[in-house]
Amino acid sequence: MADDSAAVRLEGINKTFGSFVALESIDLAINAGELVCFLGPSGCGKTTLLRVIAGLEQQTSGRIWQNGRDISSAPPAARDYGIVFQSYALFPNLTVAQNVGYGLVNRRKGRSELDARVNELLTLVGLPDAGLKYPSQMSGGQQQRVALARALATSPSLLLLDEPLSALDAKVRERLRGEIRQLQRRLQVTTIMVTHDQEEALSMADRVVVMNQGVIEQIGTASDVYERPETPFVADFLGKCNVLNATALGGGKYRVGKMDVTLPEDGNAAGEAVRIYVRPEDRHVEGDISQLQNRLRGRIARIDYLGTFCLAELQCEALGQPILISYSLNQLRDLEVREGCDVEIALRVDRVRVFPARMAG
Amino acid sequence: MNAIAAPAAGARSTSRWALASESLAARGGLVLLACALFVFLTVPLAMILVRSVEGRAGEFVGLANFMQYVQSPSLAQSTRNTLTFAALTTLTTVPLAFLFAYAIQRSCIPAKGVWRNLAMIPILAPSLLAAISFIYLFGNQGAFKFMLGWVGLTSIYGMPGMVMAMTFASFPHAVMILMAALALSDARLYEAADSMGTSDRRKFMTITLPGAKYGLISASMVVFTMAVSEFGVPKVIGGNTSVLAVDIYKQVIGQQNFSMGAVVALALLIPAVVAFVIDHLVQRKQQALLTARSVPYQPRPARLRDRLLLVFVIVIAALLLLVVGMAALGSLIRVWPYNMSLTLNHYIYGFEEYGIEHAYRNSLVMATWCAVLGATLTFAGAYWLEKTRGADLLRPAIRLQALLPMAVPGLVLGIGYILFFNLPTNPLNFLYGTMAILVISTLVHFYSSSHLTAVTALKQIDGEFEAVSASLKVPFYKTFWRVTVPVCLPSILDIGRYYFVNAMTTISAVVFLYSPQTTLAAISILHLDEAGALGSAAAMATLIVLTSAVVTAILFTLEGWLLRRTQKWRNTAKT
Repeated sequence: MADDSAAVRLEGINKTFGSFVALESIDLAINAGELVCFLGPSGCGKTTLLRVIAGLEQQTSGRIWQNGRDISSAPPAARDYGIVFQSYALFPNLTVAQNVGYGLVNRRKGRSELDARVNELLTLVGLPDAGLKYPSQMSGGQQQRVALARALATSPSLLLLDEPLSALDAKVRERLRGEIRQLQRRLQVTTIMVTHDQEEALSMADRVVVMNQGVIEQIGTASDVYERPETPFVADFLGKCNVLNATALGGGKYRVGKMDVTLPEDGNAAGEAVRIYVRPEDRHVEGDISQLQNRLRGRIARIDYLGTFCLAELQCEALGQPILISYSLNQLRDLEVREGCDVEIALRVDRVRVFPARMAG
Repeated sequence: MNAIAAPAAGARSTSRWALASESLAARGGLVLLACALFVFLTVPLAMILVRSVEGRAGEFVGLANFMQYVQSPSLAQSTRNTLTFAALTTLTTVPLAFLFAYAIQRSCIPAKGVWRNLAMIPILAPSLLAAISFIYLFGNQGAFKFMLGWVGLTSIYGMPGMVMAMTFASFPHAVMILMAALALSDARLYEAADSMGTSDRRKFMTITLPGAKYGLISASMVVFTMAVSEFGVPKVIGGNTSVLAVDIYKQVIGQQNFSMGAVVALALLIPAVVAFVIDHLVQRKQQALLTARSVPYQPRPARLRDRLLLVFVIVIAALLLLVVGMAALGSLIRVWPYNMSLTLNHYIYGFEEYGIEHAYRNSLVMATWCAVLGATLTFAGAYWLEKTRGADLLRPAIRLQALLPMAVPGLVLGIGYILFFNLPTNPLNFLYGTMAILVISTLVHFYSSSHLTAVTALKQIDGEFEAVSASLKVPFYKTFWRVTVPVCLPSILDIGRYYFVNAMTTISAVVFLYSPQTTLAAISILHLDEAGALGSAAAMATLIVLTSAVVTAILFTLEGWLLRRTQKWRNTAKT
């Protein structure tokens, strides 16, 4: 049933296009003032879900409530939201001020009141003097802000952002991330953002909704989904991950290749085929590791330089498969790690996840 | 909480009534469009099918009419003539047009813009104009009749004159298609060939020709269809060579044999539909040929090639000008070739003498209506089709009907109209013989190209304008008026120009539908020619060309002015 405390509540949303299932039994509640990111690979249904919430697509079945009001079959204009598209969809023949004031004109307010409101919004997005320009005379980042101001102009209770930053350069994108987050916090407007960029989702969202093939894989904070992935897909999709094929031995022990590892995670019956998900940074390389469990010896086959840190491919005979290990630049220098040298490391197992092999996607 | 986030008082002010009326406007527009296309296109065409299996009195006779048609030696002869005429025209026009388009797109000849515009001249003229010019040049009293003997001809009347006049009329259409086909080429293919030391000849055979293959097929289909359904040219310069288009006219207008007319119309429809389907399939492949990563080809100078092509282009342009110029000159000469003194009598007295003094004004009125209504309705229809929501079952039916006129020769459409609107029981019977039916039939006849122009323009603008305005509680029709129309205005003017010029020059559909009060300029040329008033016929043809040219120039200027004025926001975005 509808719960009035949620700004947006979705129940059992299904959407099919012919025989293609775009969304399957989506249940989700979004709290007022929260910034939620829909994250997933292209084609996972995240944009479709946003368009269903906006009323631009009609769900095949399921119900939607906004602030306790059933809007399941309401047309877009009868819902209360502002939206920013990937293309911004700024009206090219109208000035920036006319664009921002577009939704205000038909509210029969005075000219001066309207102008004041437009100026207020343009100041809010950091473009106080841009009112007389046309969208084509502005940079991509500036157009993005105009689109944001236009979406906020009518003071909607919900802001929808459809990949708002993906058309921008990396630098501009990073700056706007911070600005949008700040603005959203200041206005406390409930916001849903669709993105395929995990860095964007993890850095901006109060909660991340990870989607894959039309279903929600996991809902949680950035650290929830990154550090405690609940499905193999989430573990694999976010960040880099080593996937080790193993057999459960019971009692927290697993056989990988020719060696046994001991993990805090258990619950897998002895003899079951599993996959162990270990991130490159889940390792001890410095100090005395000789007393630690789960030590590996191997040779560094290759080092990929990635800026602040490096990924080294460790050939480990006992493991029976290579494993990627990350080193900071300082560690690389201090420990004198080079391609071809032998090293010993210990797996850090507190964040390691184990999934039965049959679950792996 | 910040003031900005505080919900405005009017946030939910959009009343239920306003929403209902908006969705009614969205669906209502589509329903109207579907109804209009159904009544003014599909039903008249269906009438042809019905009448083809009826006898003279309206009784059902099965396939008897078809049997009679197949067994009639004269109609079989007409079919052979029509196919020969279309095939010869295609074989003449397409190679010339290909070479012309090649010179424009793939060589470094000077003044390309001039040649390109000159090649478009025939579009401004009714197809009859060329026939009249060739009669002036090579007809019984022709100035250059003696030249016919050089190529082994005795008379221009018949197949030779028909093919020559039709080549003139169809040339710009083939050039346009081939220029588009040759414009699409990936420079990297040529660079790869160069890096392997490929000869120019081999590059042409292995890269250029295959790349233009679909364009060549498409151009051939278009020219073939034009010739198959051409009525004016064979009528004027065909002599004793009968073709299907003229047969239909004789059956329907001359003998009032509507059933046989319907059968011949179906026979005419078959090659046109086949050509249309081939063209459609081919165009889909052409689009797949070029990827977004292709680099456009830039021709480099090659002295011998450029000189030869320049000579060719100048000769073609001169011939096109000669044909138009001959008609214009003929219209100013008292009695060709006996009294060569100049006169304006053909313009001043000629039309009245033959009782067609209203024809030119009628054409102006009709073309203006077509331009204004056509641009408005076609664009609005395309908008409703592409950008509104709801009534989704209607959309595929509308899309199909919007493309249908392209496959239907004007004569066939005209027959359909006469069969449908002439029915005494039809409540729309009052339209018969009025200016309105001329306007409507012309709008429908040229609907497909206009519709596609509008759809292309609409697809080029951001697809989310309607979604944004819905989120801002602005009804879609306000955004249509404030944003979509201004952005697409150049295309809308283009559609208007297309309708105007075609309305001025068309004969095929309207020849069945005019009344003595609504005779059109292009049709009056037929009457003048039949009456032997060649000078007045040339005068009327010249008048049509001038009018089309002036209106085209005005609208081009307007478009240019508009583009300059709005350049500020049309500039592509900085990134």
